[in-house]
Amino acid sequence: MSLLSEMLSYHFMSRALIVGILVSLCAALLGVSLVLKRYSMIGDGLSHVGFGALAIAAAVNVAPLALAVPVVVAAAFLLLRISKNGKIKGDAAIALISSSSLAIGVIVVSMTTGMNTDVSNYMFGSILSLSSADAALSIILSIIVLVMFILLYPRIFAVTFDEGFAKATGTRADTYNTVIAVLTAVTVVLGMRMMGALLISSLIIFPALTSMRICRSFKSVILCSAVLSVVCFVTGMVASYVLELPSGASVVVVNIIAFLLFSIASLLNRRA
Amino acid sequence: MAQISCKDLSFSYDGETVLSGINFSLEAGSYLCIVGENGSGKSTLMKGLLGLKTPSTGTIELGDGLKPTEIGYLPQQTELQRDFPASVYEVVLSGRLNSMGRRFFYNAEDKAAVEENMERLGIENLRDKCYMELSGGQQQRVLLARAMCATKKLLLLDEPVTGLDPKATNEMYNLIKLINLCDNTSVIMISHDIHEAVRYATHILHLGHEQLFFGTTREYRQSDLARRFVGGGRA
Repeated sequence: MSLLSEMLSYHFMSRALIVGILVSLCAALLGVSLVLKRYSMIGDGLSHVGFGALAIAAAVNVAPLALAVPVVVAAAFLLLRISKNGKIKGDAAIALISSSSLAIGVIVVSMTTGMNTDVSNYMFGSILSLSSADAALSIILSIIVLVMFILLYPRIFAVTFDEGFAKATGTRADTYNTVIAVLTAVTVVLGMRMMGALLISSLIIFPALTSMRICRSFKSVILCSAVLSVVCFVTGMVASYVLELPSGASVVVVNIIAFLLFSIASLLNRRA
Repeated sequence: MAQISCKDLSFSYDGETVLSGINFSLEAGSYLCIVGENGSGKSTLMKGLLGLKTPSTGTIELGDGLKPTEIGYLPQQTELQRDFPASVYEVVLSGRLNSMGRRFFYNAEDKAAVEENMERLGIENLRDKCYMELSGGQQQRVLLARAMCATKKLLLLDEPVTGLDPKATNEMYNLIKLINLCDNTSVIMISHDIHEAVRYATHILHLGHEQLFFGTTREYRQSDLARRFVGGGRA
């Protein structure tokens, strides 16, 4: 407890924890739908787009989130469009867009500032990189994502479980797919400052996959993911503080441990 | 007025016509079986009726106060995912989505409809079970309950007995006929099994890239087409 209060006495730390908890919640909720719809890699692809956008924002001296959020949302639209018209399949489309924007980002960075700590922060995340304006925007956006998710929950379930049935009975499935993609894009950008472009997708897929080891209904998977992601995030942050490790990587390692524990529990459960 | 009527309907993929000349209409309470060989356009027509595929020519008119959202659909099994964590209750409840309108959450009426349909299909004891861990026959009952939650007017069933054992197949056919008779719910079913089709259906639509036959089951039995298909023991 004293450890936590010591951590919270640093202003940047408490800010990072609040934003991180909210973003982890968003990522975990959306992640269940994305994993089940076979869109796990979308978070990864979008984070690379986010990297490119952040690099350009730094080069032209614009507030990073103000540029990255619209660019990544646009990329999410594009991804859905490309994979829907069928000429290029979803996974190939993601690889295409993510490596393109990574390449553009790297070129922009090398032409301006060079490969310095900023770039490393974008790649692997840093809790120090979060300004108070960024934090305020992150909190507002993640609350919007959470509220949207809760209000659309029945529709998200229907579209995730059986898109054909949902469409046939008059649900605008494409609209909700787009909503899911946009919410994911926002979450990815918010999370990548802290987790890093290379690690943010773990925030999306791990809690969902871990919960699915044990839980047998959609609601229980959602609830379990939400709790798991927050617990893993806070544990990871404490570990990174105590052991002086990079924050994003620590959170991922805690998630891996949770995944292994749940897998073992599921095996034992099946034996019994 | 007919509940559903198709005029000069045709469908194409990438400019290539796969099904043409579809003309039929159905009264409320009918039981139509769509038969034909693989690739004859059965599933395409079903997608058209569901509004999932736009016809390249012709029209589909709904009458009798049937709204496009009042169609219950039971998809082919293979279209669903194998590892999806969802309880039976959640799956059946999602059938009520079309009655939500602008509401965000299900209300008491929705939940009552779920209870009623689960009880009618004898799956109320499975409500907290994981859908994917059920047997094929149980899964089909769950999907039928979901479709019944969506409507009392028209059910579209895409090969509802595929992969079921003979006992479950029989039960499924009887259940569907019972719903058709008791609720006056119209049924449109794609079937591979022509023998069962002529046993239960009131009307038959036989496809082979075009409409080869449409009429009552009695007329169909006397047609040359039926003699070739049913008599030859082919499905």
